Amino acid sequence: MSQSPIQPTVAGWFTDGDEPKLIGTQCRGCGTYFFPKQELFCRNPSCTSTDFDEVELSRTGRIWSYTKHYYAPPEPYITGDEFEPYTIAAVELETEKMVILGQVANGFEPEDLHTGQEMEVVVEKLYEQDGTDYTVWKWKPRAS
Amino acid sequence: MAKDVAILGVGMHPWGKWGKNFVEYGLKACNDALGDAGLDWQDIEVVAGAETVRNGYAGYVAGATFAEALGWSGARVLTSYAACASGSQAINNARAMILADMADVILVVGADTTPKGFLAPNAGERWADPDWLRFRLMGCTNPTYFALYARRRMDLYGATEEDFAAVKVKNARHGMANPNARYHKEFTQEQVLESPLVADPLRLLEICATSDGAAAVVISSMDYARKRNIDPIRIRAVSTVTPTYPMTSVEMPYFSTDSAAVVAPNEMSFKASIAQAAYEEAGLGPEDMSMAEVYDLSSALELDWYENIGLCPEGDAEKLLRDGETTLGGRVPVNPSGGLACFGEAVPAQAIAQVCELTWQLRGQAGDRQIAGAQAGITANIGLFGHGSSVICST
Repeated sequence: MSQSPIQPTVAGWFTDGDEPKLIGTQCRGCGTYFFPKQELFCRNPSCTSTDFDEVELSRTGRIWSYTKHYYAPPEPYITGDEFEPYTIAAVELETEKMVILGQVANGFEPEDLHTGQEMEVVVEKLYEQDGTDYTVWKWKPRAS
Repeated sequence: MAKDVAILGVGMHPWGKWGKNFVEYGLKACNDALGDAGLDWQDIEVVAGAETVRNGYAGYVAGATFAEALGWSGARVLTSYAACASGSQAINNARAMILADMADVILVVGADTTPKGFLAPNAGERWADPDWLRFRLMGCTNPTYFALYARRRMDLYGATEEDFAAVKVKNARHGMANPNARYHKEFTQEQVLESPLVADPLRLLEICATSDGAAAVVISSMDYARKRNIDPIRIRAVSTVTPTYPMTSVEMPYFSTDSAAVVAPNEMSFKASIAQAAYEEAGLGPEDMSMAEVYDLSSALELDWYENIGLCPEGDAEKLLRDGETTLGGRVPVNPSGGLACFGEAVPAQAIAQVCELTWQLRGQAGDRQIAGAQAGITANIGLFGHGSSVICST
């Protein structure tokens, strides 16, 4: 069987492989982090830097909150043939101290989650379009 | 402290799904507010419109649209957009003209016709727009955010699904006595808890609908009111603050927060800072409030607001609710109008409608939902992309 080609939904936002990471930027002036990447100006009002380094963010964090969505959202979400409810988690990254939202990895339900739980970044298929599988970052409970 | 301005008149078009042009709703609200103020349209010096982005060009230029609809009179126009906070921005911009002695009397109006279902982002491929990306990359709707806040209340403060349902039951009861509300139906806790899950733990009856509707206020300088021998309800403060960096709370439409790794976050959350700025400007505190109108986009979100506007310490909102303090007849009724639970959201009109309710309550004209001896009240809401909104009015 031939496999569908795989593409990230957004190029340059995350790495792939066994231990994927989100890609953000770090300000050369004050050292703060941004995701999605901030490259034009620093949003810290006490910093005037316009120089940034691209950095991989820590791939684990703790749940700030979570939910499961039971109704099909409007476009531009791509639903496919049949709408499948999905779980979303907001996770605070340990080093960067920022909360990033994402769907939860396939197979995990709200019952498997709790606030404060440790999660890690994985990359999974989000939707299929014109024969290509498009991937995105998702949050997966970290094996203890 | 900013100087007070006077509320001379208020008016609304009932909320609903009427299938008409938003201008028709707005005209009704304008004429009611003018009639309530005892003024003619041609007495008005400025029209301040709250913009709607769902009704084409006429909505983008709301101030001029209503000036034309009422009959070109040469009045100046203002149009304000701040998402759900558009109405209070329009009130504040109008107030600023009065306090700068640029005008004496101004008509503020917001009206909308909204589509059914989830509010969706602008169309097209918008890969740099977080409001578009949140839908494309994860299917993050507005109820997703309401659900994240609700779940966090459950995990942190022991809120229960019964508490969230109880907010809906309370507001539905309040709205029964409001002729401008869209829904006039009482619910039991069981009925709320039997409605389908939309975004766990929130259910269909706990998430506000989108509605058509319109609200208008006529405001003036205190001198203008005195010359007409009116002892008006006063606007004591309008807060339109933005967040401070780093913004660490999860807010629509963002799917990430600022980083707190380098700069420590403000001890006060953005939502708490909105009301705090209003209290400071008014020279009043939460203990002075007889009532509040807050943005209950979901039943659980109303509980967050209790804390954000200082009615109780963080984590105590459920107790306030369970003790009946925020129900009509309690110490500080919240959403005596019935709130968004009974109205559904008509974006540019909603923050103005909150001020209409304060005005009726403070004048003692709120009929069967009247709060005895109401002296002062606060409104609170938040507009997409960092728009704080809070208005304090008093007798």
